[in-house]
Amino acid sequence: MGAIKDFFGSVVLLELFKGMALTGRHFFARKITIQFPEEKTPQSPRFRGLHALRRYPNGEERCIACKLCEAVCPALAITIESAQRDDGSRRTTRYDIDLTKCIFCGFCEEACPVDAIVETRVLEYHGEKRGDLYYTKQMLLAVGDRFEKQIAEDRAMDARYR
Amino acid sequence: MESFLQPVADLFGPLWVVVWTLVKIIAIVAPLMGAVAYMTLAERKVIGFMQVRIGPNRAGPFGLLQPVADGLKLLFKEIIAPTRASKSLFFLGPVLAIAPALAAWAVVPFSDGLVLANVNAGLLFLMAITSLEVYGVIISGWASNSKYAMLGTLRAAAQMVSYELSLGFALICVLMVSGSLNLTEIVTGQGEGYFASMGLGILSWNWLSLLPMFGVFFISGIAETNRAPFDVVEGESEIVAGHMIEYSGMSFAIFFLAEYANMILVSVLTTVFFLGGWLSPVGFLPDGIWWLLAKAAFLLFVFLWVRATFPRFRYDQIMRLGWKVFIPLCLFWVFVLGIWIMSPLSIWK
Repeated sequence: MGAIKDFFGSVVLLELFKGMALTGRHFFARKITIQFPEEKTPQSPRFRGLHALRRYPNGEERCIACKLCEAVCPALAITIESAQRDDGSRRTTRYDIDLTKCIFCGFCEEACPVDAIVETRVLEYHGEKRGDLYYTKQMLLAVGDRFEKQIAEDRAMDARYR
Repeated sequence: MESFLQPVADLFGPLWVVVWTLVKIIAIVAPLMGAVAYMTLAERKVIGFMQVRIGPNRAGPFGLLQPVADGLKLLFKEIIAPTRASKSLFFLGPVLAIAPALAAWAVVPFSDGLVLANVNAGLLFLMAITSLEVYGVIISGWASNSKYAMLGTLRAAAQMVSYELSLGFALICVLMVSGSLNLTEIVTGQGEGYFASMGLGILSWNWLSLLPMFGVFFISGIAETNRAPFDVVEGESEIVAGHMIEYSGMSFAIFFLAEYANMILVSVLTTVFFLGGWLSPVGFLPDGIWWLLAKAAFLLFVFLWVRATFPRFRYDQIMRLGWKVFIPLCLFWVFVLGIWIMSPLSIWK
């Protein structure tokens, strides 16, 4: 009996019409497309975008050149050189992140004992020629200065869970 | 009709026949090319909608300038011929693909009397011209000297030949009930009958009395134009684009024009043979070309609907459907129909 039913079902293309009914319903469904430059999806405060180096409120850079981020970086995207500054503290003389290597895993951010290297919410950045995405210490500090308010807010929101 | 053109006709003298025919050809091909262009947009929009997306909407309002942008892009691209390709055949391929797709329109009746060539053997002409379509695919695939193109060609040759048989058998049934090879008469014949005299023309059309053949014809038409779910010829996920793989720029665009022109042709032909052409579905509305366009537009929507719904057939399944399902079904139906027509129960007197 089931076989006969299946035979007639396939003769009248029953399953094909069922499939078309499904796509037919979706044709009239509300569209879920987000039109990117005008509309954006909500971002988590933990979003891992463009990197930034932060400063303390008094303007002193946070990074103490412990090189933990360099060590933990799975893509070997971070290059750090350090030297003793005149006041005796250890500081980086070079802090480069090659964003073409970076996989945005966030390990550097987690490894940092002083919250110096962070990942911001910025995702709309680009380079127009080779080397544009090789971010030096000055560039990273500039990003940090520019987005410090947002960065601090995001850290505060996430503080309870860390 | 042509009386107001008489001064112009006198100007051209004996050449007028040629000029007037060319004008009529342009009157068919120009809207057709426009329809093809906007068919590409409609396809992306419809499939997008069925995938709960909104489709292209950046070029112009609702993406209406998208076909123009696509066309311009392809126009400015370089046309590359592979070094080892057979150059003359390589460029003959797209020409042979588009030529039958356009030539078949010569006998398509758009309305009563509105046809380029009202020939008596219109149906035969159509079968002959549409059979030529496979050559464009075969020649382009062979001349490309590429293994993907070659595989696409092999598939195309087998598939298009197989489905042409069931297409032809479905048309034999239409021929049996209408008793004419003339497309205009096939349409007007559908406007007569029990239901048509009651003012319900829609039930007198061939689709109801020849329902299995209507299905076979449309499905074979989808297979004949190498559209999803029968698009193993193109097979973008395995043989990347089949016979089109080595083509670029306009030579590639010509293949697309041909494919969409063929889709529109199959839709219009299904309308003419099974859905009563330009006839109005109900008695109180006037007949006219708009009915043909509306019915063809609906069938084109079904083309896209089918593409958005079904996954691609496996190659052996396509062959099985063509040879072991459709052709026996057609032969059986020709037999049944013959008995029906000869019996006292015949509805085609």
